[in-house]
Amino acid sequence: MYDSTSTRVLRGTLIGLGLLLAALFFLFPIYWLVLASFKTKAEVISPTPLHLGMFTPHLDNFRDIFGLSSGQTEAGTPREYLGRLINSIIIAGGSTVAAVLLGTLTAWAMARFRIPGKSDIMFYILSTRMLPPVVIIIPVFLMYTRLGLTQSHFGLALLYTTINLPFVVWMMKGFFDEIPHEYEDAAMLDGYPRLQAFFKVTLPNAWPGIAATAVFCLIVAWNEYTFAFILNSDPVAQTVPSFIASKSQTSAGINWGVIAAMSTVFVLPVFIFTFLVRNHLLRGVTFGAVRR
Amino acid sequence: MANVTVEKMTKRFGDVVAVRDLDLRVEDHEFMVFLGPSGCGKTTTLRCISGLERPEQGTIRIGDVVVNRMSPAVRDIAMVFQFYALYPHKTAYENIAFPLQARRLPRDEIERRVTDVARVLHIEHLLQRRPRQLSGGEQQRVALGRAMVRRPKVFLMDEPLTNLDAKLRSEMRAELKRLQKDLNATTVYVTHDQVEAMSMGDRIAVMRQGQIEQIGTPDEVYNHPASLFVAGFVGSPAMNFLPAAYRDGASPTLTVADGAFTLPVEPEWAQRIRERATGSSFTFGIRSEDIALYTEPGADRIASEVYVMEPLGDVNLFDLRVGGHIIKAKTLPNFQLRIGDQVWMAPDHAKMHLFDAQTERAIF
Repeated sequence: MYDSTSTRVLRGTLIGLGLLLAALFFLFPIYWLVLASFKTKAEVISPTPLHLGMFTPHLDNFRDIFGLSSGQTEAGTPREYLGRLINSIIIAGGSTVAAVLLGTLTAWAMARFRIPGKSDIMFYILSTRMLPPVVIIIPVFLMYTRLGLTQSHFGLALLYTTINLPFVVWMMKGFFDEIPHEYEDAAMLDGYPRLQAFFKVTLPNAWPGIAATAVFCLIVAWNEYTFAFILNSDPVAQTVPSFIASKSQTSAGINWGVIAAMSTVFVLPVFIFTFLVRNHLLRGVTFGAVRR
Repeated sequence: MANVTVEKMTKRFGDVVAVRDLDLRVEDHEFMVFLGPSGCGKTTTLRCISGLERPEQGTIRIGDVVVNRMSPAVRDIAMVFQFYALYPHKTAYENIAFPLQARRLPRDEIERRVTDVARVLHIEHLLQRRPRQLSGGEQQRVALGRAMVRRPKVFLMDEPLTNLDAKLRSEMRAELKRLQKDLNATTVYVTHDQVEAMSMGDRIAVMRQGQIEQIGTPDEVYNHPASLFVAGFVGSPAMNFLPAAYRDGASPTLTVADGAFTLPVEPEWAQRIRERATGSSFTFGIRSEDIALYTEPGADRIASEVYVMEPLGDVNLFDLRVGGHIIKAKTLPNFQLRIGDQVWMAPDHAKMHLFDAQTERAIF
């Protein structure tokens, strides 16, 4: 193709414009959410939409949810929200670590060893994702009740690990397939046992894939609502999504400002984590697009 | 250093037999080349010696030790891979130091040995770079350094020059051979390139379909190929093959190329044909450089016509039409002919080959 400079500039501008529109479209809900968290109860439900600059932002909603205001507020007792946030971090973080750890080792074995019936095993692992998790909610609830796993950090983290594991195995197998096995061969001939060869040579080259996979796992576990609502309704191990939902069922009407503040804080950790690994993430999701 | 012995080794991948009943001995200090087309089992044999693959049957010895059940890590062998397999996250220095760290050598000893090896390979100035920042030839040297630094019992090399450009390849060929002699290192070298095999090997094992067709010095393999396959695989251009029929009697003759020409057969060669032939059909073989060309007819000269001429600079290569067959002949560059010209050829009787058409084994 021999495009003239002006055609190229025009095309670049059009693509840029299109991307900008898409970004605006997808970011608008976030913008509105963050805005609402700085509004008073009246401002949130104002009939005319109040954009940035059309009201005076205030931090009362944030003070409320972290229990910094005096006495009982509509956001609940002091530190109620903070406790749920810590629960979410423990459960989502723990399940992500567990799923990535177990899934990565499984994927490595699947990628490197001659295993009888390997493709069947891989298909079986995938098949566990073929029906929506909600479908199995009743059997899971009954099992968890019998085993005493409801209302616990461990129970929910275990469940999220199970849900994420197939995804990790498939993603990471793809990454390991792309990393030449010769690196490991060379390390073994250099005098390292198999597992050390994996940790010293293959794993350092798999970090982009691990980062991308971990982000997706974290998002799934962090946002999950249905199981969290059914299994962990007690404050001891309740996660933020079901806590926020319970706040929209008050008799005094819904305080959208408080809910928006909780949601804004809730979005932040995943946002920061994704931001930190963004370079890996880009390499991770485009990995394998180019043959070596 | 040590010798390597392989006895009755068979390796399967599922239903595919990659190596069948292989016997082989690589002597101490020897440069042994496995030569063959892709899929002939040469790399599999190498990987079995390295321990990266386990054969189903047979014995592998390094020195006097049976290593079948030993992991690659403890066999004390080094390998250079086709794609070098330099660790991308480590610098050249760290790559070369890596096998020494596995042996938990003290830091200053590691530094001394890495520096020594880097000096021999002329890569001192590259040690702080990562593989990505090195050219193919430089990566190759680092990979060699990583293999040399621990002074292993045996060096294994899997097509190490394939990914270099032609000029660098011929430079590295000479350098590798020199290095091997300087280190006095037992080396097994896998290649599909017969030039590499001829120029570097003390001995060549020509492989085909998981078995060794012939094992011998470059001279033996080139001048006395044991089979049609070896004769066709070694040498460039490939040996000319023509169908031939043998007629016994007081003055035995070979009728070649469906009657295009007839050659007398010496009595001792006739004797060999009688002893070794399994049938009456044969394949006659002659290399392009063993055919003399003349612009005049004469006794024992065969008339032919120039089909194509390829001037290669140092030699001219002619495709000559004889009967319905094409024969390649090499001449000096000053011998010039045009397409369609008549030319007379005389094969060197001492350099002729004859193969049994059924068994494909050499008769002489």
